[in-house]
Amino acid sequence: MISNEIIAIPVAEYHDRMQQLRNEGYDFLESLTGMDWGDSLGVVCHLESTTTGAHIVVKTATEDREHPELPTVSDIWKAAELNEREVYGFFGVRFVGHPDMRRLFLREDWVGYPLRKDYDASPEVNPVRMTNEETLDSTPTYQLNADGKLEEKVNVIFEDGEYVINIGPQHPATHGVLRFRVSLEGEIIKKLDVNCGYIHRGIEKMCESLTYPQTLALTDRLDYLAAMHNRHALCMCIEQAAGIEVSDRVQYIRTIMDELQRIDSHLLFFSCLCMDLGALTAFFYGFRDREKILDIFEGTCGGRLILNYNTIGGVQADIAPDFVRKVKEFIAYLRPQLKEYHDVFTNNVIARQRLTGVGVLSREDAISFGATGATGRAAGWACDVRKRMPYGVYDRVDFREVLFTEGDCFARYMVRMEEIEESMRIIEQLIDNIPEGPYQTKTKPVIRIPEGSYYAAVEASRGEFGVFIESRGDKSPYRMKFRSTGLPLVSAIGTIARGAKIADLIAIGGTLDYVVPDIDR
Amino acid sequence: MEMMKKPQIKSMKYEDFKDNETLEKMAAELRAGGTNVVVGCLDEMIEWGRSNSLWPLTFATSCCGIEFMAVGAARYDFARFGFEVTRASPRQADIIMVAGTITHKMAPVLRRLYDQMADPKYVVAVGGCAVSGGPFRKSYHVVQGVDTILPVDVYIPGCPPRPEALLYGMMQLQRKVKVERFLGGVNRKEPKPDYLKEK
Repeated sequence: MISNEIIAIPVAEYHDRMQQLRNEGYDFLESLTGMDWGDSLGVVCHLESTTTGAHIVVKTATEDREHPELPTVSDIWKAAELNEREVYGFFGVRFVGHPDMRRLFLREDWVGYPLRKDYDASPEVNPVRMTNEETLDSTPTYQLNADGKLEEKVNVIFEDGEYVINIGPQHPATHGVLRFRVSLEGEIIKKLDVNCGYIHRGIEKMCESLTYPQTLALTDRLDYLAAMHNRHALCMCIEQAAGIEVSDRVQYIRTIMDELQRIDSHLLFFSCLCMDLGALTAFFYGFRDREKILDIFEGTCGGRLILNYNTIGGVQADIAPDFVRKVKEFIAYLRPQLKEYHDVFTNNVIARQRLTGVGVLSREDAISFGATGATGRAAGWACDVRKRMPYGVYDRVDFREVLFTEGDCFARYMVRMEEIEESMRIIEQLIDNIPEGPYQTKTKPVIRIPEGSYYAAVEASRGEFGVFIESRGDKSPYRMKFRSTGLPLVSAIGTIARGAKIADLIAIGGTLDYVVPDIDR
Repeated sequence: MEMMKKPQIKSMKYEDFKDNETLEKMAAELRAGGTNVVVGCLDEMIEWGRSNSLWPLTFATSCCGIEFMAVGAARYDFARFGFEVTRASPRQADIIMVAGTITHKMAPVLRRLYDQMADPKYVVAVGGCAVSGGPFRKSYHVVQGVDTILPVDVYIPGCPPRPEALLYGMMQLQRKVKVERFLGGVNRKEPKPDYLKEK
């Protein structure tokens, strides 16, 4: 478990101290959270060392609410690039030295900063604007002069003569409403600019006015292919903070459900990747088998996609009487199917050529961007939260963390396919040994969390999903932040795609396997 | 629409076209002579064809999109009803299934997609978010129902709607299409509702 102690750093020393921490080995910026503490605005950074596994949490704050400015750390960790843009859009904190100070999620003509506590949410201030948004080719950036004064400069993203192609937000290969602008030199991608926010639903702000049990309802809808994981993370964070013990039975059920969800998500990944690359039959195969998991979910949770299963202190309902039998049948069924998948798609010459050696992400970049999950493991970074910070009953089961070193599309694909097998192994070890016990711990009707800040993470389908809660002892959180699994992937796509062909962007996007509502939150 | 000139036909009078008795008599004569004739309303045939080949736009913003894909896949298979050809271009699509939350940033994009579709076109609001804002109704960045920006034909509630619900909703749209008069009105441009007019 991560220590919840936060080290405060004054603004003046912030950049130097962060550089120092980076030199000490804290090379993974887990999450960067914007904060409004009422009298001051600032950021909270969760850092981790990939060599020692040590964690450290630091914060810095500025009291100037009119023109808040903080030094950027995007030159130290690449993950900070998009995260700081997010903080700028939500809190209005300008990062000095950041090359690109546009809003990440909101329109440029948005009035106010929504996650500030004094934000005016009335629809008159921000009506639904039906005018088309202007696309900017240059961005403002703020630099410090030699005499210590702030100077606004213009950073050009796309020059006048560049050949820029727009992909999305409505495009079948972007897996949702994500928008890329790609500058091309012939077929080769020179530069890629990501434009997010088309499905930004303001979940974090909504959570601040909901009670803890109510916030659970929204997490399933973040990354709907990791609904179980998301909710598991939030429940775990609240349980740890409020000191609620959950029974062994619940831990077993949650772990099994998590793994079923992972298989579900990876099957969907397989289907969609194949479809994107033109193999439509494989799409039907994947969906056919995925339906069997949904049946199992439906029997116990009642839902297919949005499951609402985990609750604070347990799960919503006990497992269905035929749950164990069905899961065993499913595993027996899926093994030969997986072999068929490999016969049909993996060993196909065209698939190999389109995936092997395409879209390489190095291990250093993966860590710097914080690209966890299969993307990081394909690059050789052992970033599995189940091994790093075991939760549930992962410390009691035997499984292999699938690691590749190539870092290309094929490695990412193979990591996921092999993870299906590992997930099945985990389930097999647990399914016969679910201990007896209550499926729900009795909790108080109103759950309050002691003052402080808390972070918990799980391994979701596509990386580390973290929940950061800052509580002031009320029945609703003061600030709730979700570490998106997809945002680091999207921030890395510019680096991955540079030098690739435009057609490879589809394979790269397919193997990164991001889910857009999870990026935008 | 301007009236067409009365066409000159040698074998029958113009008025007889609209007279059922004459037509039936003619058909009976032809059948007696060994010719296979079916008499019917052309509109009905067009609508039958149209309602069974509604091509949706590949459009989804969030969770409902996965259920939309599930309906397209093997178990639920909406190809049985003629919806199988999902089109990536709005110019080739008949219906837009608004599957998922529509946010402030997405609203003008969605409207543009709708404007790019060819008439006659239909809108299906899939899921709570598209119907009314759903669980995100109180959010600062979510449109309170897609019917505030587009004319919606069918609402499918649910979060997300089950595949059966999606199929049922699509069949309701088919019913709606079947009673339209393709030659007699729907294909002509209807006056734009106020909320769609440019300000």
